[in-house]
Amino acid sequence: MRRLEGRVALVTGGLRGIGEAVTQRLIAEGAAVMVADLDETEGGRLGAHAAYVRLDVGDEAQWRAAVAAVEQRFGRLDILVANAGIGGTGPIREVTLEAWHQTLRVNLDGVFLATKHCAGLMARSGRDHRGGASIINIASIMGLVGLPQAGPYNASKGGVRLLTKANALEFAADKLPIRVNSVHPGFVETPLLLSSSPREALDFYHAGTPMGRLAQPSEIAAVVAFLASDDASFMTGSELVVDGGWTAQ
Amino acid sequence: MAGMLDGAVALVTGAGGGIGGATVEALLAAGAEVIATDIRPPASGTLNLAQDVTDEAGWATLADTIQERWGRLDCLVNNAGIATISTIEENSLADWRRQMSVNVESMLLSCKAMLPLLRESGKTRAGGASVVNLSSVGGIGGAPFMAAYCTSKGAVRLFSKSAALEFAALNYNIRVNSVHPGGIQTAMMDEIIEAYVRLGAAPDHATARAGVDRQHPLGRWGRPEEIAAGIVYLCSPGASFMTGSELVIDGGFTAA
Repeated sequence: MRRLEGRVALVTGGLRGIGEAVTQRLIAEGAAVMVADLDETEGGRLGAHAAYVRLDVGDEAQWRAAVAAVEQRFGRLDILVANAGIGGTGPIREVTLEAWHQTLRVNLDGVFLATKHCAGLMARSGRDHRGGASIINIASIMGLVGLPQAGPYNASKGGVRLLTKANALEFAADKLPIRVNSVHPGFVETPLLLSSSPREALDFYHAGTPMGRLAQPSEIAAVVAFLASDDASFMTGSELVVDGGWTAQ
Repeated sequence: MAGMLDGAVALVTGAGGGIGGATVEALLAAGAEVIATDIRPPASGTLNLAQDVTDEAGWATLADTIQERWGRLDCLVNNAGIATISTIEENSLADWRRQMSVNVESMLLSCKAMLPLLRESGKTRAGGASVVNLSSVGGIGGAPFMAAYCTSKGAVRLFSKSAALEFAALNYNIRVNSVHPGGIQTAMMDEIIEAYVRLGAAPDHATARAGVDRQHPLGRWGRPEEIAAGIVYLCSPGASFMTGSELVIDGGFTAA
């Protein structure tokens, strides 16, 4: 399928895990992708249809520069995938304020700044498509249900869920051609999850998922591509849960 | 979407209606062979049959027909439904039961009858067999004069989740999800507008329509093909980790 021919996407956290799979899928569907991430050394391995910009998603000045780089290189922006995220776990009585702020800074400030700074360019580009431009915020099932010792992460992802809805309604009210939706993956086999989870935790994720397995990053990327395309032209403010049945219980 | 469902066998009930008809077209365009049924035989499918979805014997006959010709079923779209518009005070028990029979009992009969064919598909199909049940934004929030309809669509929502979990627990490799359209430009919506005026909920058609428009932040009703695209997505291997989920396609209706 080549549903995204001629479109330009920005994917934050695009070098690893879900972000990398999203980048590959969007390119496979015909898009050009600006990958934003923090690893200078790996930006070069992306191939002809991708460009790289270094971006700390919690830094507003860097967002201004990143959007300017997208405009200069591609002249438009049709798809924004706010994917960059970090963990945030530990007993709530022991979580430091510094650690709390760090999780909220990347996971929630990052989505706010992405939307704030990309919306102008996306509103112009969105007029060229029947389904408008598309913002896809990667939340989590942890934005829908709680988990012990995941307070900061839960708070950040719950925030992303409702920020998404507020932005969807605001752009619709302002007649801006930008749809905004959130994706809520269950447990996905990413470097972040595999490296940060002890064996017992991985067993728990496995056993707790009704499908009996973790997701592959490509299974999240397929959903993102659907939301990015005109196939989702009547979807805004929705949450797409991709969790192998976890929250259906 | 060409090629997304190459070689797949799909069944769509209520295929004579707006969303059902658009779904048949979209599935065909994606490469599937489609069995289309409705109370009067539709015209758009690979095979078109008359079916009353509340009739258990009819479901058995349909399963035999599919078994003989294809030997499996990859995608089951339970779309047939009706909408009762009435005050609770005037809602007869017969009408209430009719609403539940068409919208909810049909889900049980369908899944029961088609399960052997779906399991056959699940043995080999990438991403598993896929059941898509049409609920509504009325299965998430209530609406005046639609108590029976909203009750039935709420039931579809949780039937879908339970079926998803059960088939996962039994390792059938059959995914089950619900789709929740907002107001879609179909004959059923025209009837709903008609009934609002009849019941005195709006002084005239234009006011009734404007009221429904305002519930959709995108400022318009959806088109049947915008629901069909979501259904095709859920039927495709790309949705392989989605089960027990709700696909809300409502122009922002429930986000507010």
